[in-house]
Amino acid sequence: MALAPAITDLEQLKGHPAVARLLAWNPSAVTGVKFDRDEMTIHVDRANIREACAVLRDDAECVFNFLSDITCVDWYPAEPRFEVIYHLLSIPKKERVRLKVRLDSASPAVESLCSVWPGANYFEREVFDLFGIRFTGHPYLRRLLMPEDWEGHPLRKDYPVEGYR
Amino acid sequence: MILNMGPQHPSTHGVLRVLLEIDGETVVRIMPDIGFLHTGIEKTCEAKFYQQVVPLTDRIDYLCPMTNNLCYVLAVEKLLGLEIPPKARWMRVLMNELTRINSHLVWLGTHAMDIGALTVFLYCFREREEVLKMFEMISGQRMMTSYFRIGGLALEPPLGFFERVREFAGRFPDKVDEYENLLTGNPIWMMRTKGVARMTAEDAIALGASGPTLRGSGVDIDLRRDMPYSGYENFKFDVPVAQEGDVFARYMCRVKELRESIKIVAQALDGMPEGPIKADAPGVVLPDREKMKTQMEALIYHFKIITEGFAVPAGEVYQAVESPRGEMGYYVVSDGTAKPYRVHMRAACLANLQTLPKMCEGGLIADVVAAIGSIDIVLGEIDR
Repeated sequence: MALAPAITDLEQLKGHPAVARLLAWNPSAVTGVKFDRDEMTIHVDRANIREACAVLRDDAECVFNFLSDITCVDWYPAEPRFEVIYHLLSIPKKERVRLKVRLDSASPAVESLCSVWPGANYFEREVFDLFGIRFTGHPYLRRLLMPEDWEGHPLRKDYPVEGYR
Repeated sequence: MILNMGPQHPSTHGVLRVLLEIDGETVVRIMPDIGFLHTGIEKTCEAKFYQQVVPLTDRIDYLCPMTNNLCYVLAVEKLLGLEIPPKARWMRVLMNELTRINSHLVWLGTHAMDIGALTVFLYCFREREEVLKMFEMISGQRMMTSYFRIGGLALEPPLGFFERVREFAGRFPDKVDEYENLLTGNPIWMMRTKGVARMTAEDAIALGASGPTLRGSGVDIDLRRDMPYSGYENFKFDVPVAQEGDVFARYMCRVKELRESIKIVAQALDGMPEGPIKADAPGVVLPDREKMKTQMEALIYHFKIITEGFAVPAGEVYQAVESPRGEMGYYVVSDGTAKPYRVHMRAACLANLQTLPKMCEGGLIADVVAAIGSIDIVLGEIDR
């Protein structure tokens, strides 16, 4: 079982096209990087995520034009509690990158990506439904999978796996 | 007028509810409503050991169960850093392509049946029966096989299995000719599908569509060829791409994929290597039953894996495969224990379903049925 150790040093990774592009655009937006198991992860500041995605989508060298997935991980009881994860794919370059935003439990809200990719719609609705993260600017932020009158956000770690009876 | 194409409907391919705002026969607005098949699989995965999640993955996209298995086990193997032996990788490709054929046969049968060509359904299911018998031969189960396990395969292929697959692979291209004879040149089929539910490449990429839904609009990407996994780089196959972006284009893409899949199956049979089917990792992979019954260490490993699971180094992995519907991805987060901290399934159909308003608004109600069939949705994957 040969696993190379993860690289988290920004100095070593700033040559990667996505990291370089974001650093050139706004160095304060990038709060951390990680290269682990052949996958690039960039931690982005929550105020800048929508513009960071637009920058990566429109850049001629990276061309991350496809939004693969938006999901969330609940790190309860650690703070900041939620981590919203965006997976981008570049169809011409066949490259992937992962962007992460950390949100605290007091007011978990982040800007919606629907203006960048209309395909973010259902993914964000699902994260709102199951985790309770508000996406500001979303055209129709309602529950997607659970019934409309459901209370609670089932995929949070303090929601029991058996549910409430 | 607002019409409800309710969750129980023969043409919605599962429990999909579609709200149609219509003006006469024209659809003004369309809004899918999903969640009727939501069973909380992602939440359940957090309460199970890594190996116990494998049977859950079968049931997510239940028309291509082995593709789900493959995606999940590849993700966990990436987390563990396991090396899979060549025979296991080739068997995975073989079974994955048979699963793709299975899934496309269901799509073709039900899509044609919705549009009115009822005979094609029975023809497709005749071939599907052959493949399901092969799955039963190799794993004991017709559909939810859970045949791929973390570290390799569950069981050795039995005697006579490869001959049966070879015989099927010899017959199958003629059957695809039969389906095309019934549909491709058929004037009624062409009138119902050509020019219907058009979508441009820019819209498809912006909406997150993948698979034949994207390739039917002219975007040439196939994860098997472009970002290969599990040994796909050793196989030669074409990726059908169509330009028009209508129902007929997506139909042609999938029918050509049937032919390409059987080519891959034939190549896999020809080049099948010898060797073990499980990786050499006693702490992760269950030992063979004979060893377990005769050797003490194997018995202890078996006991520990089953009762305590195996700890996976902390980290996260996003593994994507090309399912019959598009990019299916599994995002597995590990915190160093024997149970996954988070398993998220990126359902190809969830993103593909977002293209429905773009395709159908301005068209006729009958075209909605054709469009839903051409996206090839599986509600198990959408709702999880």
